[in-house]
Amino acid sequence: MNTCPKEIVQYMHEYLDGDIASEHEQELQKHLYNCSDCRKHMQELENTIAFVKGAIAIATPPRFVDQVMQRLPRRKMKYGFQRFIRRHPIAIAAALFCIFMSASFLSGYKNDQQFSYTKQPNLQVEGQTVIVPEGETIKGDLLVKNGDILVKGAVDGDITVINGKYMASSANVTGQIEEIDEMFEWLWYKIKNSAKKAWSIIDNNE
Amino acid sequence: MDSITNKRIKQVLKGDQHAYSEIVSLYQQKVYQICYRMLNNQHEAEDIAQEAFIRAYTNLHTFDLNRKFSTWLFRIATNLCIDRIRKKKPDYYLDAEVAGTDGLDMYSQISSPDRLPEEEVEGMELQERIQYEISCLSEKYRTVIILKYIEELSLQEISEILNIPLGTVKTRIHRGREALRKQLSNL
Ligand SMILES: [Zn+2]
Repeated sequence: MNTCPKEIVQYMHEYLDGDIASEHEQELQKHLYNCSDCRKHMQELENTIAFVKGAIAIATPPRFVDQVMQRLPRRKMKYGFQRFIRRHPIAIAAALFCIFMSASFLSGYKNDQQFSYTKQPNLQVEGQTVIVPEGETIKGDLLVKNGDILVKGAVDGDITVINGKYMASSANVTGQIEEIDEMFEWLWYKIKNSAKKAWSIIDNNE
Repeated sequence: MDSITNKRIKQVLKGDQHAYSEIVSLYQQKVYQICYRMLNNQHEAEDIAQEAFIRAYTNLHTFDLNRKFSTWLFRIATNLCIDRIRKKKPDYYLDAEVAGTDGLDMYSQISSPDRLPEEEVEGMELQERIQYEISCLSEKYRTVIILKYIEELSLQEISEILNIPLGTVKTRIHRGREALRKQLSNL
């Protein structure tokens, strides 16, 4: 094979890529006819391709889609709230008026300056941080006010953090995660949870 | 598939996060397969494949709807795999490629220096053996061989996915085939 023209191997690959000029192809055919070494080389290349193409399709692990969806970054609450205000300026003004005027809202907001969290077994608390320990699964929703939450284990439910941060090493939370830092967003949270029905009526009337 | 994909992309961009799950369903097999063949490890492949979909999601606003989504997505996935491989592999492995950029006689140095013992390789099942031989290729050749012969993509698509000229894709495929041929004929 040492005496073979250098370009013969190149022509073999052009042939295998399915884009070989006809004069190259003729030269290749002629050479292969006379040279057993190059015939062997060509045969080995064809066997190699057949070998790799024999690979069967690899199945995706179960729950792949769910896991991707869980790992997606959370959408910002602010965005939804601002869009809501833009779309429903009068409704929101009316709602704000009603809610601000209600004594329960004002006292409610004041009381909410304290660090507090949903009582669930297996939760650890360090200072102002609620910790879901590694290996633990909390069943149900968690609400943390004026503190942070650190998820090392898993949470089977929603997490809501008011005036605090959500942190996770595992990000193993089945439900929605919401961070609410400002008074307006806190208000939004209140509206959403106390008056969901009323809003859906407004939406349907559009 | 492309028109469904574009519809779902528009929904996601409008804020409908759930529409993205259909995109993941459509492409999960191909993306995972690329990662698994590239990384030769199930856990890493799963992690990187998920990461690829997350990156695609967070950068979705930069995707040009006139182009093919799979090309864009596979590019994200292959880049992540290559990054992962480079983090793991020792330096001499990279150097071998530089030394072998010309001529067809350097292939033995380009493929991984530490193959398993011959008996062990010969005892492998066919599918295990295919996976093993692909994993012995250096990352440059492994990528094009997987895209060409496992994913059955055109040379033009491969060139777009890897963002390298068509001529370079051809050269890498030629060398990848030669490297594999050598690995298989050594036994
Ligand atoms: Zn010859």
